[in-house]
Amino acid sequence: MSALLFFIAAIGVISGAVGVVVLRNPFYAVLALVGHLVSLAVLFLLLRAEFVAAVQVVVYAGAVMVLYVFVVAYVGGEGETIGERLHGGVKSSGSALRLGGAVLGGALLVELLIALLGTGLEAVDGYGAGYAPGPRTYGTPAYIGKLLLTRFLLAFEVASFLLLIAAVGAVVLARRRGGLGEEDSERDRLTPMDLLKPRATGTMAEGVGKRLG
Amino acid sequence: MTIGWYLAVSAIVFALGALGVMTRRNPLVVLLCLELMLNGANLALVAFSRMWGNGDGQIMALVVMTVAACEVCIGLGMIVAIYRRKLPIDVDELRDLQG
Repeated sequence: MSALLFFIAAIGVISGAVGVVVLRNPFYAVLALVGHLVSLAVLFLLLRAEFVAAVQVVVYAGAVMVLYVFVVAYVGGEGETIGERLHGGVKSSGSALRLGGAVLGGALLVELLIALLGTGLEAVDGYGAGYAPGPRTYGTPAYIGKLLLTRFLLAFEVASFLLLIAAVGAVVLARRRGGLGEEDSERDRLTPMDLLKPRATGTMAEGVGKRLG
Repeated sequence: MTIGWYLAVSAIVFALGALGVMTRRNPLVVLLCLELMLNGANLALVAFSRMWGNGDGQIMALVVMTVAACEVCIGLGMIVAIYRRKLPIDVDELRDLQG
């Protein structure tokens, strides 16, 4: 039963990942990633990591992916790129780079598999340490919470501070810059000759023949 | 299933994410592929945690998720800023910082 579930979830994980890499429309790529994350949560459950699986579904597949969907909808996610349309689809070096990327990715996969499965660790071929179900056993929220507030308190606090910094940074990055564009165009029109003109040139005061300065 | 199977899946996911980061040109999709790489690492961490039977790997996976959320936050903020300035949303054309 667990083997069947493992294979179903693993197929979901890998096909979701392939979908993210292959699909041209970023919106579909985000949806593929949601499927990938939910399947990955099943794998976490099979590994007895209940709390991590719950966080994966609620925070990752829920909140973070909603953020992605919003940004894709805002920026406009059609096609591979916007630059491709601007340049009439010129892709002279694109296919060669893509082939190079595929070769490098395959090499990375082979290397990782050699490193992970060819290792001398005999426990890799085992089913993991002993596990006894219970309310406070390995992987439950009580267990993780106790670890987070005792042994890993520093990591916990650093992570919360990192979240604060990221939130402030995102607000600063994405805020609306009030009237900056107009100011720039105004400055572009100003030439040195403008400084030589008398003040109030082109104003209502000049129109009625009043001399200023 | 033995731990090795989970590690194989994590390696495949990581390699697919790396492939996407190298080949895709839309920064949104590059961010998605970075998520894939982080998820591959997460799966390996949880698998090793199961192997040893203690929760350190799971805590590490949670920290990785936090860092991923921060990365998404900043990355999407940058993409929105790029879009506001009407620059092309394409990592090949955004190379003003290239020396």
